[in-house]
Amino acid sequence: MTQYFSNLYGARGWVALGLFGLLFVIVIPALNLFLPESSVLRVPDYALSLIGKIMCYAIVAMAMDLIWGYAGILSLGHGLFFALGGYACGMYLMRMIGTEGEYGSTLPDFMVFLDWKELPWYWQGTDMFLYAMLLVVLVPGLLAFIFGYFAFRSRIKGVYFSIITQALTFAFMLLFFRNETGFGGNNGFTDFKRILGYSLTDPATRAGLFIATAIFLMAALLMCRFIVVSKLGRVLTAIRDAESRLMFCGYNPLHYKLFAWTFSAVLCGIAGALYVPQVGIINPSEMSPANSIEIAIWAAVGGRGTLVGPLLGAGLVNGAKSWFTAAFPEYWLFFLGFIFIIVTLFLPQGVIGLLKRFKKT
Amino acid sequence: MSGIQQNDDAGGQGWVADTSALEHVHESGTLDVTHGVILYLEDVTVSFDGFKALNKLTLSIDVGELRCIIGPNGAGKTTLMDVITGKTRADSGTAFFGQTIDLQALSEYQIAHAGIGRKFQKPTVFHNHSVFENLELALKADKGLWRSLFARLSAGQQARIDEILALINLSDHAKTLAGLLSHGQKQWLEIGMLLIQEPKLLLLDEPVAGMTDHEIERTAELFKTLAGKHSLIVVEHDMNFISTIARKVTVLHEGSVLAEGNMEQIKNHPRVIEVYLG
Repeated sequence: MTQYFSNLYGARGWVALGLFGLLFVIVIPALNLFLPESSVLRVPDYALSLIGKIMCYAIVAMAMDLIWGYAGILSLGHGLFFALGGYACGMYLMRMIGTEGEYGSTLPDFMVFLDWKELPWYWQGTDMFLYAMLLVVLVPGLLAFIFGYFAFRSRIKGVYFSIITQALTFAFMLLFFRNETGFGGNNGFTDFKRILGYSLTDPATRAGLFIATAIFLMAALLMCRFIVVSKLGRVLTAIRDAESRLMFCGYNPLHYKLFAWTFSAVLCGIAGALYVPQVGIINPSEMSPANSIEIAIWAAVGGRGTLVGPLLGAGLVNGAKSWFTAAFPEYWLFFLGFIFIIVTLFLPQGVIGLLKRFKKT
Repeated sequence: MSGIQQNDDAGGQGWVADTSALEHVHESGTLDVTHGVILYLEDVTVSFDGFKALNKLTLSIDVGELRCIIGPNGAGKTTLMDVITGKTRADSGTAFFGQTIDLQALSEYQIAHAGIGRKFQKPTVFHNHSVFENLELALKADKGLWRSLFARLSAGQQARIDEILALINLSDHAKTLAGLLSHGQKQWLEIGMLLIQEPKLLLLDEPVAGMTDHEIERTAELFKTLAGKHSLIVVEHDMNFISTIARKVTVLHEGSVLAEGNMEQIKNHPRVIEVYLG
């Protein structure tokens, strides 16, 4: 599939990336911040937060592509890593509420409600931004590493692996639903006030988060591209296509799978951390199995093994979702199922494959 | 650490512990063939649900030898390859690569590193990679994770790939996706991928299946030039091909060695005629 990297190889790809950067890092936030409410060109606040949210999803879809499209490992638990990153960031945001909560306590409201007198040990230090950001990377990363080590060492593959990841995210959802776990039970975290001292309701803060997301999206794309065009990327595709041949060539697939898997999980964690302050809430439903399946759909719709495809896929599907859930809320899931069937039957290479076909003819 | 030290000392006295095998692999070129034997299997038994795929099989291959292995379906040929390459573990018996490397203690990729290359019965190449990339992946090099992330082909490696491309007659197809090659070309590519790993011992499972007569002839020539520099084990059904290349033939039957000798001896062996040639 090497020829598909051309989207990022050629001069045109770099121009496209530059234009994306210009548009999403400068133009859109500026059109939101500096134009008066009455202007036609103003990007409304809801659009800014919607696009910001979709960019987070796009990062997840790309992380999924790295592990599924390139290494052939279908994860149906990537929503878990996203949610864990979100929770780690949420812990920091909860601590930043300080005494402005309902009960005026230094503890988060849900702990007061549970009659807890002090912070559990795993909440210690989460009021430090850098430590919280470290957790954003380490928690999903370590979980993925440990889980991946045992799964890949036991040579669990294909649909068995997918089912186990699905079970993993489900188990974590049940765990996080419990109040005793110490993450706010089924309400999760919400009512955030500020990040790094800036109010989260301030338009400038929101634009800042938007810009940070756009920049991280581009950085993640470049990192993934660096991986897939290296020899390591070719080893990953070789694992997908003929793992035993690769072993007899002297490669240990365990190391390669574990690297791609853990890296992918860390990207998801960071995306989750960017998502939570923009959306203002994180709760265990983010870990629901359906969420993780949706991530796979974004990647499939956009086109697996292309990196940029899943970015498009996440944008298209979520764009359609926000329109659909407003216009015909009860039909959204049917429509989602319908696109998935269409893509599977007629567009095995997704939207990117379709664009390529048009280009040829 | 002292435990390993002891094993090394003991190795000098002709006794080898399992752990020392690992030690040897990491120092490249420690394959010890001072006794002229590159592969030694003794009393190897493998059973699947009570069925003995290999039954007390004993086999030794000399350095530089080209050995053909024949036998009816289910005789254990592929299982034998699996045991040598670490894909299957023997229930009992020993398998040594040279004097010192215990194959039972290593996993597939470590065995590949130690210097055993394998061609599958069904040609297995990386379909979505170009012919050149297939060879690049197989090329003898550091195959660790970080090295792969920052790997750049040196001029020497580039030349080596070009050399193999010419040898397997695929120079014009260097940029072709391997999945688009003909069956015979895939066989050649896989053989090329073996050669570029520079193994000491090559296992070739039905290497000429699906090749044209002309290609078979060229393959026979190639194998004859390889013998001497490398040791080869060839599993084949094509008796004509075997007659062209064989110096020594082993006949497997029901998981054990039925007969061993040159082509003439085998052809006239009464039991072989009965179970296989007849």
